Amino acid sequence: MTPKPLIQLSGVDKYYGDYHALRGIDLTINEGEFFSLLGPSGCGKTTLLRTIAGFEGVSGGTLMIDGKNMAGVSPNLRPTNMVFQSYAIFPHLSVAENVAFGLRKDPRSKEEKAKAVAEALEMVGLGGYGNRAAHALSGGQRQRVALARALILKPKVLLLDEPLSALDKKMRELMQVELIRLQRQVGITFILVTHDQEEALVMSDRIAVMFEGEIGQLDDPETLYRRPNSKRVAEFIGKMNFLDGTATAEGNRIAVDVAGLGKGDIAADQAPGGMPLGKVTVGIRPETLAIVFEGETTDRRICDAVVDEVVYYGDMTYYDVKVPGVDKPLTISMKNMIGRPVLDVGALTRVAWDERSLVVLAA
Amino acid sequence: MRGNGGGLRVYAVAYLIFLYAPIILLPIFAFNDATIIAFPLAGFTTHWFDELWTTKALHEAVKNSLMIAFATSVLATTLGLCAARAGAMADFPGKKGIIGFVMLPLVLPDIIVAVSLLIVLRQVLDLTLSNWTVIAAHVLLCTPFSIAILNGAFQNLDPSMEEAALDLGENRWSAFRLVTLPLVMPGIISSMLIAFTISLDEFIVAFFLTGSNPTMPVYIWGLLRFPASLPIIMALGTILVALSVVLLTIAEYFRRRGLKRAGLKDTGGFL
Ligand SMILES: Nc1ncnc2c1ncn2[C@@H]1O[C@H](COP(=O)(O)OP(=O)(O)OP(=O)(O)O)[C@@H](O)[C@H]1O
Ligand SMILES: [Mg+2]
Repeated sequence: MTPKPLIQLSGVDKYYGDYHALRGIDLTINEGEFFSLLGPSGCGKTTLLRTIAGFEGVSGGTLMIDGKNMAGVSPNLRPTNMVFQSYAIFPHLSVAENVAFGLRKDPRSKEEKAKAVAEALEMVGLGGYGNRAAHALSGGQRQRVALARALILKPKVLLLDEPLSALDKKMRELMQVELIRLQRQVGITFILVTHDQEEALVMSDRIAVMFEGEIGQLDDPETLYRRPNSKRVAEFIGKMNFLDGTATAEGNRIAVDVAGLGKGDIAADQAPGGMPLGKVTVGIRPETLAIVFEGETTDRRICDAVVDEVVYYGDMTYYDVKVPGVDKPLTISMKNMIGRPVLDVGALTRVAWDERSLVVLAA
Repeated sequence: MRGNGGGLRVYAVAYLIFLYAPIILLPIFAFNDATIIAFPLAGFTTHWFDELWTTKALHEAVKNSLMIAFATSVLATTLGLCAARAGAMADFPGKKGIIGFVMLPLVLPDIIVAVSLLIVLRQVLDLTLSNWTVIAAHVLLCTPFSIAILNGAFQNLDPSMEEAALDLGENRWSAFRLVTLPLVMPGIISSMLIAFTISLDEFIVAFFLTGSNPTMPVYIWGLLRFPASLPIIMALGTILVALSVVLLTIAEYFRRRGLKRAGLKDTGGFL
């Protein structure tokens, strides 16, 4: 099934006075997709979402939803609904009245509407809560009401602005799973704004990473994690060790010389930002490095190291190790297993690395 | 430490006596069976209240004042509502300056406001003084209070409430009517009551701008020339104090209820 574009932005600019909040955003979001906007605080995620919802006009470029140009179309006439960061549950209404709020102009009979409300509440796991006063709900319940209130209108797009940031960790993880389930169930396009990279990786079909009003990279979670196209994306998503190196082209492969580790010969797609040559930055994820414990053997490349720092997480241990010739300590994450000791600071050890896990980035 | 607390307690008691003693004198002499306001008391009577019932001119003055107070409370609250909403939600150049400017009458001396209004109304606009000129002036005096109260109500209001209503298919007006208005309603009631109270007992501006029929405070001032009517004024004063206390209590009740309904902590209100 070829994806059908639902939202198309081309060259969208947004100014707040002199401040350039969105800088020529080109973006296509498909029907039925779980799409995330990820980025550091102030990069323009909320602005972009509010532009799609119609709360902010665009200063330049065009925004199309479902084939129609949205210029001058007010939020109430757009096929979008929003779950606000504060949830914006109306405190003077009951839960059922909140959910039924968008049905005021719906021509269906009272009974049919009540049934739709009950179904919507059932869907978000709040069956039987209809008569509760909205101001007496917990954070997680408010969020479910906000979801039901938006989804009952069967929008083409559901916009969610950091919907999980007000919840505690347990509740957040629970709601992540619930949201994925809900999105599959209703098949509506979800656009999620978040500054939590883990949340974006867990939930999304595709992620746009934004920096200062621009999209730095747009990819599926795995590509984004394994092949970040720039240092800032690599820094923002997960942990990454950065080393100096030099790269030379050899056909469609690249020969890299990584300071302190040695030479490697890598495929061109390991330089997703294009083929930078000369002085480069080489990224290595902590989990692609390994401590070679006493008595273990490996067919990977090996170098000597000294343990500089140990952080024990229960299931994992993070080591910072010093490798001769590498200016900063390298972070390595190791799964804790039976028979595998946790090393002490100062211990001499060996580190295994693999050229296939190197990512070559512009210096 | 103890001595310190004791000193403060004495101060607090003295302060309260200073503040309330004159007001307590009102009911005492309103029920005192003597024309002269002096101790010792002469005995209990409700005669002065009976006199209130039979004074036609007073009834006219009270009716005037109530009409003026009601019109003032509605107009000032409407203006306050617009200003507070703009202050809370809209963004326009010079917003802070304009809001500050609107609040200025709060600190201007009443006498200055009264004199300048008189000049504007009589000399510049050449209007005849009537209840409407008093209402206009009272609206000017009360609007800053209304804005202050309603600002509180809007500050407690999540700006995304109205946006959520828009998002769910309402237009700007119906979103305001269905969501914002009910949520700031306690503030509106509280603002109306306070504007009503201020207008009802306002003297200086009314004295300058009143037409042929005086408001109640102006009428009372007129009575003061006749020593024999002093106890009547005491009786009237007693009723007014009771009324003011009741109105302000109701206003405060609605303000607190509004906070509670929005699930917010009390951040020190108007009273
Ligand atoms: N109404 C506004 N007027 C002026 N500047 C604004 C306005 N709204 C947002 N901005 C600015 O635009 C930039 C982007 O804001 P936006 O709210 O989109 O960021 P964000 O990515 O959602 O950040 P966060 O993660 O903190 O919510 C910020 O620098 C912000 O200060
Ligand atoms: Mg935001």
